[in-house]
Amino acid sequence: MNIHEYQAKELFHKFGLPVQRGGVAWTADEAAARFDEVAASFGKPVEVAVKAQIHAGGRGKAGGIKFAKTREECAAAARELIGKTLVTHQTGPQGRVVHSVLINDLVRADRELYFAILIDRAVSRPVVIASTEGGMDIEAVAAKTPEKILKEVIDPAVGMQAFQARKLCKALGLPNELANPGVKLMLNAYRLFWECDCSLIEVNPLCVARHADGKPYLLAMDAKVNFDDNGLFRHPDLAAMRDTNEEDPREVEASKHELNYIGLDGSIGCMVNGAGLAMATMDIIKHYGGSPANFLDVGGGADAEQVTAAFKLLCSDKNVKALLVNIFGGIMRCDVIAEGIITAAKSVQIPVPLVVRLEGTNVEQGKKMLEESGLPIITATTMADAAEKVVKAATSH
Amino acid sequence: MSILVDKNTRVIFQGITGSAGKFHATQCLKYGSKVVGGVTPGKAGEVDLDGAKVPVFDTCAEAVQQAGANASCIFVPAAFAADAILEAADAGIKLIVCITEGIPVVDMVKVKRVLGGYDGVRLIGPNCPGIITPGECKIGIMPGYIHKPGNVGVVSRSGTLTYEAVWQLTVRDVGQSTCIGIGGDPVPGMSHLDVIKLFNDDPGTEAIILIGEIGGAAEEEAAEWIKKHCKKPVAAFIAGATAPPGRRMGHAGAVISGGKGTAAAKIAALRAAGIAVADTPAVIGETLVDLLRPRPKRPSRKSARARRAAKRKALK
Repeated sequence: MNIHEYQAKELFHKFGLPVQRGGVAWTADEAAARFDEVAASFGKPVEVAVKAQIHAGGRGKAGGIKFAKTREECAAAARELIGKTLVTHQTGPQGRVVHSVLINDLVRADRELYFAILIDRAVSRPVVIASTEGGMDIEAVAAKTPEKILKEVIDPAVGMQAFQARKLCKALGLPNELANPGVKLMLNAYRLFWECDCSLIEVNPLCVARHADGKPYLLAMDAKVNFDDNGLFRHPDLAAMRDTNEEDPREVEASKHELNYIGLDGSIGCMVNGAGLAMATMDIIKHYGGSPANFLDVGGGADAEQVTAAFKLLCSDKNVKALLVNIFGGIMRCDVIAEGIITAAKSVQIPVPLVVRLEGTNVEQGKKMLEESGLPIITATTMADAAEKVVKAATSH
Repeated sequence: MSILVDKNTRVIFQGITGSAGKFHATQCLKYGSKVVGGVTPGKAGEVDLDGAKVPVFDTCAEAVQQAGANASCIFVPAAFAADAILEAADAGIKLIVCITEGIPVVDMVKVKRVLGGYDGVRLIGPNCPGIITPGECKIGIMPGYIHKPGNVGVVSRSGTLTYEAVWQLTVRDVGQSTCIGIGGDPVPGMSHLDVIKLFNDDPGTEAIILIGEIGGAAEEEAAEWIKKHCKKPVAAFIAGATAPPGRRMGHAGAVISGGKGTAAAKIAALRAAGIAVADTPAVIGETLVDLLRPRPKRPSRKSARARRAAKRKALK
């Protein structure tokens, strides 16, 4: 699960990581109020950044970050951003609607560093990553100058150790007076990662800035936090941060029925049991010249009701020109799938051709039920046969 | 021959009194596996598996002492699964198969750290279909009847896609030595490579099918080793060539992140290691069978039908 920058910074603050002053605003009036609060906390004129809150990077280049020196400018920037559809290189051409903005005091950074924590799958342990090349695309840095990526693998039995943080701070070239704050920041970030079941914490950039008196300090200028969905059951407060505005409405609907659904932009709706088979079904559709409208794994133990819900979801997608049901029954019985299809067909008009391929547990029973239902179903025997038939049906429909 | 499980394996089911645990314990028993009992804390006694009564213990230690269990199949809910795995290891069980889906990643990180301290304990899964040596022992949720005893080893991150591949073999009359689903999580127990090393050393396995998917680099790691050390022909398939980057495709581990873990990179690594990669999931069985076909020194004049018949004979 992703959260917004403002939510991530609130969490950072809670765990003792230094962040800028300010907060989220949902209206222009609230933005002006946030400006006033920031100005009051400094007791002198300030400049703020007004940052569009969407779950995608590349906001700056897309015009999603504005600057303001007065409360009027701040309100105007918020007014312009809220409700706007922002298209960045990460949102896709349809873009994302901005619902809120984050007001932060503007900080001039002396240095921009990179800091992240994630799970290194190769060693099955958390790894803390730092780099002197902050504010840039870290994957490009890793590809071009791998020596600039510093890594510390964490032993989960004891957690991140201070010496590991000291090593990273030294390698980042932090001055002596920032060594202790640097260690504290890293250990606190690790504590957040571990205690909150995060799958990613990324601070890009982690800034070295200066107080008015010239003393340096560290600041998490941007904040990205992702959570492991499997861990959310033990963090209801974090789960409540989910913003369904940021998700494909089809996916929100699917999640209500505990279906694994991912919307795509093709024309063939797919319903499959099992994630691997569902991916493979998408692949074979592409191989035969078609294009999948979605990934949908109905899971191993879906009941007829879930199958009906899945079917309705596929039929409601306007881009869908043909449907493919590909089931290899293991725990999932083919007769349950057949029952779901028949029930769904009674309550929704199936507007496009439907190709069904059943194999596995109770396959004969399932096939018989579909045959006797009188539904106009195109049956297929193998995956190749099914893919060929559905691609043909989609192109001619 | 086979790897890890055979007709002598004595399996218990942790979570046997739950509906899924009971159902699958019954299915495994009916398949012929030696189901010697189950464990549900606080529910010691007996459970009726469709007419066959087996003992239920409060702890794994009792199941090992009193029923001689040497393998465990875990069906406990995700929140308690890590504890169940560690309990099995502590009791001295050497093969732990965890079917449970949805275990938090940090729990699995801890489990793997602790299992590293036990000698010879192997974990299959979590979030997996389990392991089967056809005709001898099934520990998991796969439909038994699609398998056939034989000499092809199958290792996969998927459940139903494995059934698909196995079925493609069985209908071609090609049997399997052992089939293992290692699961779709980012922090799994055994890796592709761990399983392939065992197949390589198993005299009963003559060829291997490796099924992978997007995310991580386990397939690349296996390819590297196969290129240097594997004595047996390997066919492969990678799912997710059309998956969009950054999205988790049903399995927690199936995600392309930061441009890493793409199907294209995996397929390239496998091909570079001399592995035959199937172009579509429909031809996984065929790709493997092609590898087993004896290469004639001169062009054969036999008809396709005669070649297929000869191949079936050779494989029997």
